[in-house]
Amino acid sequence: MCNTCGCNITPGNRPLVMAEKPKSGVTTISVLENLLSKNNNQAEHNRAHFDAAKVLVINLMSSPGSGKTALLEATIKRLRDSFKIAVIEGDLETENDTQRIQAQGVPAYQITTGTACHLDAHLVHNALHHFSLNDLDLLFIENVGNLVCPASFDLGHHRNVVLLSVTEGDDKPAKYPVMFRAADLMLISKTDLLPYLDDFSTSNAKQNLQNLANAAPVIEFSSKDSNGLDDWIAWLLSEIKTYTELLQTKKTQRPKVQQEGQFFHTSSVKPKFYPINTKITPD
Amino acid sequence: MHELSLCDDLLNQVIAIAQQNNAQSVESVTVTIGALAGIEPSLLENAFSIIKINTVAEFAQLIIRKVPVTVLCLQCGAKSEVLLNHLLCHVCKSHDTSLISGDELVLASVAFFV
Repeated sequence: MCNTCGCNITPGNRPLVMAEKPKSGVTTISVLENLLSKNNNQAEHNRAHFDAAKVLVINLMSSPGSGKTALLEATIKRLRDSFKIAVIEGDLETENDTQRIQAQGVPAYQITTGTACHLDAHLVHNALHHFSLNDLDLLFIENVGNLVCPASFDLGHHRNVVLLSVTEGDDKPAKYPVMFRAADLMLISKTDLLPYLDDFSTSNAKQNLQNLANAAPVIEFSSKDSNGLDDWIAWLLSEIKTYTELLQTKKTQRPKVQQEGQFFHTSSVKPKFYPINTKITPD
Repeated sequence: MHELSLCDDLLNQVIAIAQQNNAQSVESVTVTIGALAGIEPSLLENAFSIIKINTVAEFAQLIIRKVPVTVLCLQCGAKSEVLLNHLLCHVCKSHDTSLISGDELVLASVAFFV
């Protein structure tokens, strides 16, 4: 979205924007700038860095304790011999998750946000100074555990994966529509606990996701018995393949929600792709 | 939860516009917020009332225009106003819809005294 071509005017807000009543002595100017434009500009910049280095970046989001780090541990064990992986961890406090990832033998950097409830594109950009992007194939960003705010911030990543652990209840997509609408993949985690729960139905969870007009694939996964690990790895490999093909045609990959926005604003805003050949160096 | 940090960006945009236009003071700031934007209007109002103090926008009124969630059905072409967790076509009940409004988070206009 931008403030130059009017693509911020949607059918919903057009009458409101156009119906400005003049008041005496007051000058009114139309701005139509996205409130997140500062973040979004930084996110585009990050994405350009990722694309120049050909690194697929996956943003993992979920509530706290739904198994993001366990998923990463299992993923790294399976893929570390074939791909160069790194992880950015976001938490309010502690370096616990970073230590767990580093124990798997891959680089990890912890962003401690203090009180902030989400990662933003600037925080991620600062974290990039701790990696050599050109030496990576796959970067995971483990967002702050929170089903609300992280969904609103583009980090420059390519895909959103939203985890839903079975103990949280199958109605979470209906309760947190902003988050689950953003999912390119919904991963139902801790499925080994299903026998102990009588109130979680994976088909209900899928239906609630579909009700958000989101046809994203759903994978059931458990880090305890490795149920679904093959499906998850297969999804990742297909995403890497798609991304590589897009790069060859000088395009990039975007998380679903941003793509949908562009569908209606195609008049003059084209997806930006501007390779940056210089490596990121510390400020 | 992130309304305060968002409000900081909003205020910076407003101050920049006021400076560009040699405004003496800002009369009102109008933002457009969709139900799916993930922003709570009342929290944004509270944040704005705190953060505007000692700026050119100190006496500015924050006007929030809420935008309902509307989807376009990609199967039958109907437009429906929907609940934010039920983005289905009202006519043919299809899941194959696209959002046409409801995720806006836009600074629509700034009114000021020169």
